[in-house]
Amino acid sequence: MGDFSAEVISHIDRNYIADILSKGERVDGRQFGEYRPLEIEPSPVAAKAEGSAIVRLGGTSVVAGVKVLTGEPYPDTPDEGVVMVTAELAPIASPLFELGPPKEDAIELARVVDRGVRESESVDVHKLCIEPGKKVYMIFCDIYTLEYDGNLIDASSIAANAALLGTKYPEQKLEDGKLVETGKMLELPLKNMAIEHTVSKIGSHLVIDPHLKEEMVQDCRLTMAIDQNDNFTAMQKGGGKGPMSLEMIDNAMGMALESTKEIRELIRESMKDAE
Amino acid sequence: MSPEQKPDSLMTAEGLRFDGRRPDEMRPIQMEVGVLKTADGSASIRQGKTYILAAVYGPRELHPRHLTLNDRAYLRVVYRMATFSVPDRKRPAPSRREREISMVIANALQPALFLEEFPKAVVDVFIQVIQADGGTRCAAINAASLALADAGIPMKSLVPSVAVGKAEGTLIVDLGDEEDKYGQGDVPMAILPNTNELTLLQQDGSFTREELVEAIEMGVNACRYLHELQKDALKRAYSKRATEEDDDEEDEEYDDDLETDLGEADIMEDE
Repeated sequence: MGDFSAEVISHIDRNYIADILSKGERVDGRQFGEYRPLEIEPSPVAAKAEGSAIVRLGGTSVVAGVKVLTGEPYPDTPDEGVVMVTAELAPIASPLFELGPPKEDAIELARVVDRGVRESESVDVHKLCIEPGKKVYMIFCDIYTLEYDGNLIDASSIAANAALLGTKYPEQKLEDGKLVETGKMLELPLKNMAIEHTVSKIGSHLVIDPHLKEEMVQDCRLTMAIDQNDNFTAMQKGGGKGPMSLEMIDNAMGMALESTKEIRELIRESMKDAE
Repeated sequence: MSPEQKPDSLMTAEGLRFDGRRPDEMRPIQMEVGVLKTADGSASIRQGKTYILAAVYGPRELHPRHLTLNDRAYLRVVYRMATFSVPDRKRPAPSRREREISMVIANALQPALFLEEFPKAVVDVFIQVIQADGGTRCAAINAASLALADAGIPMKSLVPSVAVGKAEGTLIVDLGDEEDKYGQGDVPMAILPNTNELTLLQQDGSFTREELVEAIEMGVNACRYLHELQKDALKRAYSKRATEEDDDEEDEEYDDDLETDLGEADIMEDE
């Protein structure tokens, strides 16, 4: 997930990945612009979470759950609800993850996925207001990594979007200073959906959806959030110190634009099945 | 914020529980082995609406080093609940409850393991509660014990675990969330099936001495049933893997045949 350039990987593997890329192939037989098989399991936490999804992207899997709470709005945005995405790299998911408080890589993952949801204004926060200045809905989307085999950002972004799309919660209103349920179930006011897409730079090659070994040898990665109008709403270059030319960045943007449409459709389809 | 409603009564007039179970009836249970590919061993359990994943890593080098035990491996159990696994969002940082449960789970599993085979190493057991609906510590022990077996850690036996509780004066097995919250008590336990000894025993609520003895007897019976389910889950996983391996072997045989055919053809040409 993070910068694994210090992680041990054999020279044989390193050379093999580079050699095979220069022949136009990848170690697992994929094309440079080919995603791994993507599977979305809708609502695995139906009894306790307002929305949830498990995403399996090749050997990587994550679970995202949404809790809808109520609370006081921030003083500078009294009529806006709160949306927050967090992520944890639990040691259950990989021998590379250690116990303890979140480190740089977990914080980066959470912030990048959060930015993808927030900057695209996926959720209309004005519609999350119950009583301006007093009560708003607070949407927490928490992501747990279950199996780590590369490209956690994309898997997490897909899971967060799927979980938010499937979220249903009881409507509440303020009566005599107390919150009461009206008995109506609401869906989240979603007005956009930005999918994050990662392109990995290995030598002079660009590949999408890197698996673990490719991530370990990559020079760097570029993650882009692309919304439903094909606008870029967030970006992050990370996963190593390698530089990228403008030409490469432009190519990466092209690769990302191509595959996010399909992914967005798959999310919509999968969560429709849940109903 | 999920609607949480207190049932009017935990027991019906016919002596059944509010969800229709008999007092000694367990919830539907599904156990699966080998669910996480990155782990050395793993298992999942669904018990009613409770859903838990367990993964085992090790034996491997122990960090931090000062925890090292010179005569055996250190068994490190980490029980964590997802923030969305409970009605209100749980705070993400580990709570005191999670730490205590991690410890009692380690104590419950340890008597079954031959940790002295791996001095100075660590065996990590990571438990993630995805959805909590009562009985998570017991379900976690069932899954963790399967994950340890899947990882090939030498053990005397699997460790089955169940909670017995009391609702309106009746002893009931395998408490659901409502029975746990609104019932009169809760006795989680885990056993070594070959000796029926208890490796986990906790209690809250109020029981007489006779009730406790009966509760433990009921629990031990339920554990024996769970032990069968655990063995079944292991067999299913490994017979599946064995058939997959058989398929591979057949392919290899086929390859071998090809080679011998070629060899023979060469010989015949020579002749």
